[in-house]
Amino acid sequence: MSILVDRNTRVMTQGMTGKTGMFHTIQCKHYANGKECFVAGVTPGKGGQHFEGIPVYDTVKEAKEKTGANVSVIYVPPPFAAAAILEAVDAELDLVICITEGIPVHDMINVRYRMKEKKTLLIGPNCPGIITPDEVKIGIMPGHIHKKGKIGVVSRSGTLTYEAVGQLMEVGLGQSTCVGIGGDPVNGMKHVDVMKLFNEDPETEAVIMVGEIGGNDEEICSRWIRENMKKPVVGFIAGLTAPPGKRMGHAGAIISGGEGGAEEKLAVMEECGIKVTRNPSEIGRLLKSVL
Amino acid sequence: MKVHEYQAKAILSQYGVPTPEGFPAFSVKEALDAAKKLAGNAWVVKAQIHAGGRGKGGGVKLAKSMQEVEQIADSMLGMKLVTPQTGGEGRIVKRLLVEEGADIRAEYYAGLVVDRVSQRVVLIGSSEGGTEIEEVAKDAPERINRVTIDPGCGLTERDALDLAEKMGIPGHARKPASDIFMSLYRAFVEKDAMLLEVNPLILDGKGRLLALDAKFNFDDNALFRHPEITALRDLDEEDPAEIEASRFGLSYISLDGDIGCLVNGAGLAMATMDIVKLYGASPANFLDVGGGASVEKVTEAFKLMLANPKVKVILVNIFGGIMKCDVIAEGVVAAARQVSLNVPLVVRLEGTNVELGKKILAESGLPIISANTMMDAARRAVEASRGC
Repeated sequence: MSILVDRNTRVMTQGMTGKTGMFHTIQCKHYANGKECFVAGVTPGKGGQHFEGIPVYDTVKEAKEKTGANVSVIYVPPPFAAAAILEAVDAELDLVICITEGIPVHDMINVRYRMKEKKTLLIGPNCPGIITPDEVKIGIMPGHIHKKGKIGVVSRSGTLTYEAVGQLMEVGLGQSTCVGIGGDPVNGMKHVDVMKLFNEDPETEAVIMVGEIGGNDEEICSRWIRENMKKPVVGFIAGLTAPPGKRMGHAGAIISGGEGGAEEKLAVMEECGIKVTRNPSEIGRLLKSVL
Repeated sequence: MKVHEYQAKAILSQYGVPTPEGFPAFSVKEALDAAKKLAGNAWVVKAQIHAGGRGKGGGVKLAKSMQEVEQIADSMLGMKLVTPQTGGEGRIVKRLLVEEGADIRAEYYAGLVVDRVSQRVVLIGSSEGGTEIEEVAKDAPERINRVTIDPGCGLTERDALDLAEKMGIPGHARKPASDIFMSLYRAFVEKDAMLLEVNPLILDGKGRLLALDAKFNFDDNALFRHPEITALRDLDEEDPAEIEASRFGLSYISLDGDIGCLVNGAGLAMATMDIVKLYGASPANFLDVGGGASVEKVTEAFKLMLANPKVKVILVNIFGGIMKCDVIAEGVVAAARQVSLNVPLVVRLEGTNVELGKKILAESGLPIISANTMMDAARRAVEASRGC
């Protein structure tokens, strides 16, 4: 078992014929069950073409009807990415994973508004994607550093997630599913949404929660964990040394108005029974210690 | 992206928000000309820098004669203005705003922000204008009123009027206040803003509401559709190293320490800074080379870090994913040769093709200190910075 995606997931790539979309679609196709999972591409105006044996369609709706794809991954450039998400939402896909970095925040406010009452879930934007090791990889993470196992990982960052996964492997632990929710302030699934799924997943035995400065997603998730979580959770927050008012790369990683600091987040997490470390090199060992 | 007060006010004027009459001035003569064009017998001279708290640092002064305008403009232009928000180094004042003096009877606060929790725009109004809103939120949270705005219908007049009442704006001024709030919201959305603050919004002796100060921050990701905003960028207000970095697609922020950090990915870059601190030293910078780090990018990153005289060690921490470690290693070697590196270099590589990457570093003949984990890398970098 796993959460959100597995070997039976059928994926379409929106923006497949662009450079990034092309490169990563090949990588994903060659990972585990990728050949069966990646069934369609969408690029307006290029319908009817084939790419690496994958048929291209003009619209999401058509790709869904012809191939049964229920999930999409988006590599469309920032000015057009919000429209791409909405197209997938309107076509009633189950899940949309938006990798694109640099989408205007007001576009995302509009997307979240239009997604109200719709069934589609969104991961990202500005995220590495999602992987269920040895089954399917949807996104830009390196597949080979993962292996199947029982630890769930949810994170706002990309390479820091790989770091956490690498440390898990060092202590001999595989992962059920790893979800990168992205570094933007207005986005789809938050830590708490992913945590709820891990809680219900019988294969997941413990969870690593990697957060960073800015906002209060980690606090909200921590409070939910205190009341509901049946499994151990360990955490790390990046940005203890970040100065206030400076945006640390990610649009969402900024301490402003006395909110969103790492110490405050760590304090709430500990208060809620989450084991935390201030040493990013200790995440794997910490997780092992709570099993 | 930030803009100056006079630029923010010009945008607000376009949206029908009343602001005091005033003109920007880049010289004493322009300041005098500006004052002469303005009616009344009192003028306010305001230093234009991209940081708040200017009044506290002597950057806002009242002049009661042309002579005073001249004196104040003369002393303010070129001065180093230190405010609670500039840090100790302060900012050199190069632009002024000269405005008609205002007859302030009451001060309010109005601001718009993107709220992460509701994923909507929130309008904040308070009776406590003229002070830091964060302070009000801490000391008197009941005086902060929030309206979460539905993106579908926008700010409704009813909500705007209701907010004006809660802020304690007197009856006759509530309709104009609600018009102002609706204009602010329109400007906020249409200009892709991240933050808009009018602090204070004042009521003057004639019963008029005026935006006496304005702060506008825009979404960098949306500048592609706002050439009119991009044109307002003032490079004098930005860190030259950060400007240089952005030209090469690097995300760089100067810090106070002595360990230069080069990392791929924002989260890992922050974590690397944190672990350096954990081992008792301080990072000299935040630097994210991004996903597609080429030899050119890595070389530029080295140049940026080495331009900082405080840097005693460079710590490279790369988790290669799609970005292969051998490519990074080649970039590091090429960069180290090109910039004739004169400080110790600690490199930690992990991920795709890590063995190949390490081999390239080892065979380069460069005095590179190789590390296996983040912890190992941080420890070695801190030791090297102390000459151990």
